[in-house]
Amino acid sequence: MFESKSGIFFIAGIGFFLIAFLGNGVVPMIMYKDRHEQTAEEVVNKRVMAQFRDLAQRYPESFQNAFGEPTEEACAEALRLGRQLYVGEGCWHCHSQFVRPVSNESRRFGPVSKSEEYDNELQRPVLFGTRRVGPDLSREGGRRGNDWHAVHFHKPQVVSTDSPMPEYPWFFDGSPDKPNRRGIAVMTYIQWLGSWLEEYPYYEELAEVKGEP
Amino acid sequence: MTHGASVHHRSDGPVAGDAAAPSHDDLVDEKIIVCYYVAALTFLTISMLAGLLVALQLVHWNPFRGTELLSPGRWRMIHTNAIAYGFLANAFLGTLHWAVPRLTFHKVLSTRLSWFIFGAWQVIVLSTALGIVLGPTFQDQPWILALAKKWHLPMNLGAQGLEWGETPFWIDPLALVGLALVAVNFMVPIGKSKGPMYVSLWYFMAAFVWTFLTYAMGNLLPEYAVAGTSAGAIGGLFIHDLVGLFVTPLGWGLMYYFVPIMLKKPIWSHGLSLVGFWGLAFFYPLQGIHHFLYTPIPMFLQYGAVISTIAVELVVATVVINFFGTLVGRGKEFFENLPIRYFYTGMVFYFITCFQCALQVTLTFQKLIHFTDWVVGHAHLVMFGVFSLWLFGIMTYLFPRLLGRPWWSRSLCEYHYWLSAGGLSVMFLDLTFAGIFQGYYWSSLQPWDASTNGSQPFWITRVFAGLAMFAGLLCFLFNLWMTARGAEATDPLPARAAGTPTA
Repeated sequence: MFESKSGIFFIAGIGFFLIAFLGNGVVPMIMYKDRHEQTAEEVVNKRVMAQFRDLAQRYPESFQNAFGEPTEEACAEALRLGRQLYVGEGCWHCHSQFVRPVSNESRRFGPVSKSEEYDNELQRPVLFGTRRVGPDLSREGGRRGNDWHAVHFHKPQVVSTDSPMPEYPWFFDGSPDKPNRRGIAVMTYIQWLGSWLEEYPYYEELAEVKGEP
Repeated sequence: MTHGASVHHRSDGPVAGDAAAPSHDDLVDEKIIVCYYVAALTFLTISMLAGLLVALQLVHWNPFRGTELLSPGRWRMIHTNAIAYGFLANAFLGTLHWAVPRLTFHKVLSTRLSWFIFGAWQVIVLSTALGIVLGPTFQDQPWILALAKKWHLPMNLGAQGLEWGETPFWIDPLALVGLALVAVNFMVPIGKSKGPMYVSLWYFMAAFVWTFLTYAMGNLLPEYAVAGTSAGAIGGLFIHDLVGLFVTPLGWGLMYYFVPIMLKKPIWSHGLSLVGFWGLAFFYPLQGIHHFLYTPIPMFLQYGAVISTIAVELVVATVVINFFGTLVGRGKEFFENLPIRYFYTGMVFYFITCFQCALQVTLTFQKLIHFTDWVVGHAHLVMFGVFSLWLFGIMTYLFPRLLGRPWWSRSLCEYHYWLSAGGLSVMFLDLTFAGIFQGYYWSSLQPWDASTNGSQPFWITRVFAGLAMFAGLLCFLFNLWMTARGAEATDPLPARAAGTPTA
């Protein structure tokens, strides 16, 4: 049996793979099957809308060309496009979206990540990440203004001197005060991260002041 | 090739016990192997250049800053995908065209199918690369956003958000068909073979099934079927199984094939090879979640993944012991026979990788080293230090036979070995230490810049270690070029040192 074709095909090839898939893949699926997966429209909240309107006021001409009016529908579209670019540009290879309950991460980044935070369309596939060259971004929303993000995306070293992050001038029409549709979408997506939490925006300094663990 | 040559080929093959066995020339299509190797080395060159670009970015030396199509974020994915699907897959497929027919005494199902698969696979890899590089540039199309809105799916024109599953969604079905055809093409000769199967064939057969299932699972479920935490569990399974159930069994299967041939003695213990295969088959698929410890994935599943990872380390020890048991009495070969040196160096690295795995998978280690360069060092150790070295050894052994002449330069062969193994060792140690430093910078709550600035010495060292590995590849490519064009050799690699028996 252990050296025969059928044994290797059915037991090792298919059998053991299925056991592992059932145990490690299907079990969590069953455990979480009653969770509602939110759509991009459903995850638009008043905080990210405030940032979206801020973009519209700060860069009126660019915003008008890119998304027209700052409606909730336009915001959902920006989130979708923003996530597509966040994945396509490989941002998630250097920035995780997952705060662990160890190594003082909750003091640096904010509340430990919970399962329900990932039950939405924009986490397909889930962006836990596997490497942090830059900081975790799952509580980044609202921490910094849109002008900071615009300059930072255009040339990170202007606002973060020693940053090894690459430049993204193609998110702009020539200068950081003219973000194009891609730039506005990515900034909206970044400002959305963590906007669903009560502790929004979460500042690192806040924990020091409040003496939180 | 003359009849005499084909007999010569067969004389060092597996023990047949069958006087009427077909000749090498009837069994093996040598041309396709050369084509696979050329494709593999091309993608390896691209991948290493991509890795170099990202390494230069991290130390602020990137000469192409702000160039959209050379964005390090995109080329980071070219680096990993070109290694997995461009280099390893092509090199493995080429070698299987040598090993499977010679082990089974049957040709692959169809030579025309083989060539179709070869072409299709290059299209798949090149389209993946094009998708990754150009995807974000052309992502913003109204029809894509309309479909994404209608179906609530990611609809990324370029990379998808899963490591090694970045293959754009419009290539996934083609890749699956390709993998199914690969399985059929090689399973038919295995099915036709008579008598008990040799160890290598256990690994190959299981690998064909596993690779297809793994690819389907990872490229379909987290994108279309599930979201959130359960998708994370599937993603963990995928990135782990791609190494454990595609690369690892093919690699070990080839070691079980080439090592006894070159040492001219059977594998030390048949019993241990059974333990090794079935241990890997049972424990390896159970480990995926260890990539996401401390996530919201249920804790009991995380514990299970940790325990099975530690268990597989014991299995790995049996395999490594078996191979070193085989080397006993032939130790001189390690120094004189270049492919054997590649193979056993890779095995030492494999043991280190797996030993490291059993430690780093614990929750204690994870606190410190998760998300750091420690893991990057680990990945390079296994993908380059083990499997790439093994494939370099196999190529060093096979190219003189495929081209019909000895390697043009012995010293270039040696440089290839030392620059590859040496550069990799430096890179591995360097990134491992970098990871420990990064972990402490983060947990001590210093400003984020402290970790990136503190990494600079390590990252600069990594650039030069990578350059050494790349220089090794250039030696190999130049040597191959001179050998292929039949240049007059002043310092050829003797047949003995290439593992070829002196007839």
